[in-house]
Amino acid sequence: MARHLKISVFRYNPNEPEIEPRTEVYEVEEIDGMTFYQALTYIRENLDPSLMFDFVCRAAICGSCAMLINGQPRLACKTQTAAYPAEVNLLPLPFFKLVGDLSVDTGSWFRQMSERVGGWVHTKKEFDPNAIEEKMSNEEAQEIYELDRCVECGCCIAGCATINLKPEFVGAAGILRVARFFIDPRDERSANDVFDVVGTEEGMFGCMGLLACEDYCPKEIPLMNRLAYIRREMAKAAFK
Amino acid sequence: MKTHICDLLVVGAGLAGERAAVAAAEKGCDVIILSLVPPKRSHSSAAQGGMQASLGNCFKGYGDNTDVHFEDTVKGSDWGCDQDVARLFANTAPIAVREMSHWGVPWNRVVAGKKVLQNGMEVEDLPEKDGLITARNFGGTAKWRTCYTSDGTGHALLFTMDNVVIERKIPVHDRMEAISLIHDKETCYGAIVRDLRDGSLHTYLSKATLIATGGYGQIYGKSTNAIINEGTGTSIALDTEVVPLGNMEAVQFHPTGIIGTNILVTEGCRGDGGYLLDKDMNRFMVEYEPKKKELASRDVVSRRMQMHMKKGFGIKNPRFGEHLWLDIRHLGHKHIHTNLREVFDICQSFLNVDPVHELIPVRPTQHYSMGGIRTNIDGHAYGLKGLFAAGECACWDMHGFNRLGGNSVAETVVAGMIVGAKAGEYIQHHEVKIPTSIGKDAYNAQVDKIESLKATHGKKGENVYKIRHEMEEILHKNVFVFRNGDELQTAVNELTKLYDKVKNVTLQTNGKWASPELATAMRLPGQLRQALCISHGALNRTESRGSHYREDFPKRDDKNWLNRTLAYWPKGENKPNLNYENVVITELPPGDRGYGEATQEKK
Repeated sequence: MARHLKISVFRYNPNEPEIEPRTEVYEVEEIDGMTFYQALTYIRENLDPSLMFDFVCRAAICGSCAMLINGQPRLACKTQTAAYPAEVNLLPLPFFKLVGDLSVDTGSWFRQMSERVGGWVHTKKEFDPNAIEEKMSNEEAQEIYELDRCVECGCCIAGCATINLKPEFVGAAGILRVARFFIDPRDERSANDVFDVVGTEEGMFGCMGLLACEDYCPKEIPLMNRLAYIRREMAKAAFK
Repeated sequence: MKTHICDLLVVGAGLAGERAAVAAAEKGCDVIILSLVPPKRSHSSAAQGGMQASLGNCFKGYGDNTDVHFEDTVKGSDWGCDQDVARLFANTAPIAVREMSHWGVPWNRVVAGKKVLQNGMEVEDLPEKDGLITARNFGGTAKWRTCYTSDGTGHALLFTMDNVVIERKIPVHDRMEAISLIHDKETCYGAIVRDLRDGSLHTYLSKATLIATGGYGQIYGKSTNAIINEGTGTSIALDTEVVPLGNMEAVQFHPTGIIGTNILVTEGCRGDGGYLLDKDMNRFMVEYEPKKKELASRDVVSRRMQMHMKKGFGIKNPRFGEHLWLDIRHLGHKHIHTNLREVFDICQSFLNVDPVHELIPVRPTQHYSMGGIRTNIDGHAYGLKGLFAAGECACWDMHGFNRLGGNSVAETVVAGMIVGAKAGEYIQHHEVKIPTSIGKDAYNAQVDKIESLKATHGKKGENVYKIRHEMEEILHKNVFVFRNGDELQTAVNELTKLYDKVKNVTLQTNGKWASPELATAMRLPGQLRQALCISHGALNRTESRGSHYREDFPKRDDKNWLNRTLAYWPKGENKPNLNYENVVITELPPGDRGYGEATQEKK
């Protein structure tokens, strides 16, 4: 028997502050294998074309559609309605600036995070178009890719108690970005250089270790392990 | 009205747009990039399989070089490409792949030693190549040439590229949609842009404008493309009346879209040794294509699959219709969980299938547009000075009538590099005086358009989403893998009617702020114009070439059709003007591709 879903959605448009935030309930017939992407698209096309939300790849690759589904950060595109009771509620990710309804501005936050941690290969070497590439072991390349798989969806940030109390905290995504370049042999920054960036209360040492980031990462990146690694490296650098 | 001024305005922040922005910035230009979404979310990130470049580092790539890559690309295009462009591309691809490595892409590397391939063949990677960039097998190539990072190649490339953009402090204005070019039919002066945060309109004035907005796949509805691939950039170029779209009938259908959601699983599945099976668990491609098997070019494999299902060998899914199976079980747990992990995730999340133990239901699905904004070899658009295009939205034209897997990611980076530098040189060498009245007129025209749409709120008329879905259905039903005169005529007739109806669209909402309904309504006429360019072009082209297959004209006709379609849209008309130009042939005269129907018939 197909279920009759009652989906409560947070509604607010920051351009119209005179209209207070509210909840609207949409009724949707569930279909087999339905995801929240399908449910929300149905709502926009048939029930309420003013509803704002973000989907891009709808294949859990781009990280656009993170939202709180019954209170927990999830990628809506790959989350099936069948995993929830028939009455379910959707809220925008906390912490990020609200664009409207379920849409939040993750882009600005992630760009400033990248700028802050220097999220690129720092090297004095010039690229030589006539030379063959520098060698690297396949194992090393795979280890870097493992940490390069973050899709900047913001689930780890939204779920982080520290950053919700202390907005300057760099967050798991920021520390992961540091770790990704720290293990890359092409990046010439030393542990001390990295310490200057994240060896602070707003950086690595601000983490309270609650590890919701690890629980909510939809790409299952080993955040706990990498956070511990950077904390260890930073502690070593501090005592040098 | 907010006005922004820069040297180069780049529309689109995928791989092509960002690489071009970096190239122009290196020439000293002041660049602004516009993007519908935060740049790292662009559809380039979804490219899984890899990027072709003839490094020749892995065993099955030994002996590869730019000549072989060039030849594969021309054969893949079914001689529809410009060979000077294909040559420039093949020669530059190795530099581009190495530069991306220099910037931080963790390419998979050669591991020296003996190994046994899926087909039982034993190979040995030499110790001197250990640690160099390796490659996997892809369709339509003589050598293993597709460089990769697991099956997240596009993701790794796009993140690296965007990191370079951040390092160079190039501003990206995200959630911004260019809705019209500012031009006087001779020169392009920038664009009118709608802010998707609050609906406000902005004027961007620039000495040159570079469009890199990717494909239009979503106008087919069932497409592997991202939701945002709605042909916005190609649309505003066609709107100028003076810029043509090239070869819009050349549409690629990928053999392995999954049923239901139409999400892609990479060609790397077959490249790494996966099979296609029918309802009897028969590996049918071995019979159709004894030489290349599952790894003939995409157009050929998709046709063989459709044909095989027509013969009754498909599996019938009660909800999603017919499909075939992709089998990667024999690649094993470790390989699937390292080199095909996105595929694993996609199968788990969207099919509830574990590909280590179960078969994947797939069928040909709209995937790529070879056609687009026609440019010369510098990426300079026909018809408008100061307008450039690069990547999937462009018809540069290295793909002709069929693109090889791994050549699109490669094109984005190579074309970005070349076209971005050419745009930079154009800016250096041209004194551009921007007549402000043109900017004002273009702005006012868009204000009028938006206000008149808003005025339809609540009135009786055509529903935006209904028209949109009708367009998708017409294309999908009549302009698919196999085409014929009757169905194409039907497509033209029905789309023309729809194009008339779209004038009567009314909004159900007030269209205020960043209304998603208003955005969809604004895009619709341009999408229908593109759908009509595809259908008219396909109806007119009475031959079969690459992905354009006519059941009523099943042979390639080099005597009459060794050319490129150029579609112009005159204002007020309901159909495009079609012109034709010869393709550039410099090295390889038209011949046999070595796979496909023509090759098998000869034997």
